Amino acid sequence: MKEEIIMAGFGGQGVMSLGRLLTYAGMKEGDEVSWMPSYGPEMRGGTANCTVIISSKQIPSPLSSQPDAIIVMNLPSLDKFAPCVKRGGAILLNSSLINKEVDRDDVKIIKVPANQIANELGNTKVANMVMLGAYLAHKRIVKLETVKAALQDVFPARRHNLIPINQQALDRGVALLN
Amino acid sequence: MAEKVLMKGNEAIAEAAIKAGCRYFFGYPITPQNELPEYMSRRLPEVGGVFLQAESEVAASNMVYGAAGAGARVLTSSSSPGISLKMEGISYIAGAELPAVIVNIMRGGPGLGGIQSSQADYFQATKGGGHGDFRLCVLAPSTVQEAVDLTMEAFEIADRYRNPVMVLGDGIIGQMMEPVQFNKEIDPADLPKKEWATDGARGRPRNIINSLALDPQDLENHNLVLKAKYEQMKEQEVRYATYLLDDADRAIVAYGTTARIATSAIEMAREQGIRVGLIRPISLFPFPEKVIAEAANRLDSFLTVEMSLGQMVEDVRLAVNGKKPVFFYGRTAGMVPSPEEILEQIILMGGGGE
Repeated sequence: MKEEIIMAGFGGQGVMSLGRLLTYAGMKEGDEVSWMPSYGPEMRGGTANCTVIISSKQIPSPLSSQPDAIIVMNLPSLDKFAPCVKRGGAILLNSSLINKEVDRDDVKIIKVPANQIANELGNTKVANMVMLGAYLAHKRIVKLETVKAALQDVFPARRHNLIPINQQALDRGVALLN
Repeated sequence: MAEKVLMKGNEAIAEAAIKAGCRYFFGYPITPQNELPEYMSRRLPEVGGVFLQAESEVAASNMVYGAAGAGARVLTSSSSPGISLKMEGISYIAGAELPAVIVNIMRGGPGLGGIQSSQADYFQATKGGGHGDFRLCVLAPSTVQEAVDLTMEAFEIADRYRNPVMVLGDGIIGQMMEPVQFNKEIDPADLPKKEWATDGARGRPRNIINSLALDPQDLENHNLVLKAKYEQMKEQEVRYATYLLDDADRAIVAYGTTARIATSAIEMAREQGIRVGLIRPISLFPFPEKVIAEAANRLDSFLTVEMSLGQMVEDVRLAVNGKKPVFFYGRTAGMVPSPEEILEQIILMGGGGE
């Protein structure tokens, strides 16, 4: 088992946290994991991305030129990474902000109205967790329960009040595909 | 075994230094290693240590000189242009025979360059770097766990030889997160006393720490003492790893992150039936020349891959010593070679290469 995922979006959309949470959950389940951020001069409003690899074997390159899946939160990220996705892979896109059709018929396209659902829950910042929930429903690379528990470890203590809404967002993402 | 934690390379190196009993850090900020001093600024006060952001890199490296002279385990870290500035102090530290650990998380150059990952400081790190006949022991990790282990070893090697040791990583090693374990913790109070340190001469003859010797014969003698240490390092501190070398007819030589990307390329080549292996130098000085020289008796060709335009390849060619062709592939200035690009080069090796 080896899964390479690139997540990308505007700075502030929580793609780095999304990646870290997934990486942490993989580690907790005993898998080999790596998390590699882009670290250009990004800032809020700019684009940011990270590459997460979860594998049952030692991970050679921590970079991915042909990811199994991409989770894209905005249009520039879709344009940048859609051509790289491995044939038979998946593109999870935030359809609240992206209303462009993807011109690839050799990958699975999963549209997730992440901002809309996050707003329904009362906090637009949990859009990233809706995307992650949808991804986990697409590919149960780690257990949903592990991800939910990992929030305790990845969030600093002062943010633990936000764990329930993040868990609800994960559930809503999962429910979209089930 | 300790519990696994997920850490950035920069933070993991910082924690490893603390676990090795380091309580002094002097530095100056620069991307892509800023998480290291940031972590130290938070952690060192918790363990009774000193974190100091100096007014410049030159000042920081001379503070390291001072702390090392007083017998402390001391760390500084920077990235390429900052290391160039620190070289004045590093040459003095080597000349005065003091132990210190220097971390270089390399970025693209020359000059101010860029902030993306690079390996273009190989010459600087392994051939002395500053003025004078001196060498650093240079250790190059390729995973975050190895960065932890080598940082802890770096302090041991520095003390053993009274010589500065450099941990040479690239931007990717510094920035990426991987699970790490810290299996050892050293209390600085338990470290053996350094009898040569200038920590107050009450009740004993004074110690002198100096790198000035105006009599050329004295200075040559001193250089020969240093050289004897470097020869001893060549005997005792060589570190390397190999992968799929036993049945190989050709090998890639690569270090750090590039070795991991090369491993991906090797796995792709193996699926096509190409018998290629990897030699990964972990100590860049002393360079693992024996394993390469031995492999040159058996293999048909070598390919050195670096994030530079060809630096380590010179040491590979010296080790191969003309016995077999040594090809080179590199990307530089922050561009990272892809497994697909390396695979193309592996295939070319079979056809006679460049």
